[in-house]
Amino acid sequence: MHLAYPAVLAVLLFCVGIYGVLARRNAILVLISVELMLNAVNLNLVAFDVWLRDTLHTGQALTLFIIAVAAAEIGIGLAIVLLVHRNRGTADIDRLRDLREPEGPDDEPEAPAEQGHSAGRQTA
Amino acid sequence: MTLAAAHPGFLSPTGVEIVFVLVGIATLAAAVVTVTTSKLVHAALWLVAALGGIAVEYLLLTAEFIAWVQVLIYVGSVVVLLLFGLMLTKAPIVPTVPRGHPSYGALRAEAREAADSGNRWPALAVALAAAATLVTVVVDAFRSSWIDVDRSVQGSAGVTGEVLFQHWVLPFEALSVLLLAALVGAIILSRKGGADAGEPAQGTEPGQGAGQGEQPGPTAGREEQG
Repeated sequence: MHLAYPAVLAVLLFCVGIYGVLARRNAILVLISVELMLNAVNLNLVAFDVWLRDTLHTGQALTLFIIAVAAAEIGIGLAIVLLVHRNRGTADIDRLRDLREPEGPDDEPEAPAEQGHSAGRQTA
Repeated sequence: MTLAAAHPGFLSPTGVEIVFVLVGIATLAAAVVTVTTSKLVHAALWLVAALGGIAVEYLLLTAEFIAWVQVLIYVGSVVVLLLFGLMLTKAPIVPTVPRGHPSYGALRAEAREAADSGNRWPALAVALAAAATLVTVVVDAFRSSWIDVDRSVQGSAGVTGEVLFQHWVLPFEALSVLLLAALVGAIILSRKGGADAGEPAQGTEPGQGAGQGEQPGPTAGREEQG
């Protein structure tokens, strides 16, 4: 099999993931896009491992480790998203902007009016 | 692979290559639908199709064990976790109306507005630029590289297990500790204990002590799959 096929497929999947991470508003959809990117990297690792015929099978071992780390990441990420939703009432990334830089000298960083309820709660 | 010459050409694809390209197209289409659909649950279900397609690609690359791990972990538990997350965060589910309904367009626009942020077109530009650059580089770099998938199986369970427990034991054990830490962290993050975290939630007794409520809460058991 030509090596360019899995490599190009991995590249395209990764770019689809990039689009999803940048364009999505819901935090869980961003996590889904991150999963796509991780899978693209896994496909690359497996393809190169099979191509190189590594005796230690480094690519496949690293793929298994990435799968496990991704499972841990999705667990922690969903717990954080749940906590943010519980505290703020929303999981939209666009509206979680307490840590942004103030745009002007008189622009206060917190804008409690647009956060709905439970404004100013920082315990996330 | 027919090794008539040392360099099999593009114009004589083997069966494995044809299947790989077809499954790859399906996988890519499922991924595109995943990141563009405005229905959140549909996005999670199309993710199943994309991840299953990647598992088939692993099988075609003779990495059998990773293919089944992919099916078990990703399709089995990660997507279930994502669906639980979508439901627990009360994701805005737009009522479906038939296509000829007068409010069809408005509901569709509202759903798209809820799912996608305003920087959709810059994101598309970035993704297309990255795809063009990387595809150019990758195709140019690996133009004359072929994977020999016929000679031996590279990733059967026996081979992978032998390698994993002979050479990669220490990272494996460290990874198990990491998983345990992530599990405990997810449980602690998502339980409804404490004086401050339980207040906006529904149905939590206020007199539960200062952050040390004993029952782990109804959402804690769900995180154990991760």
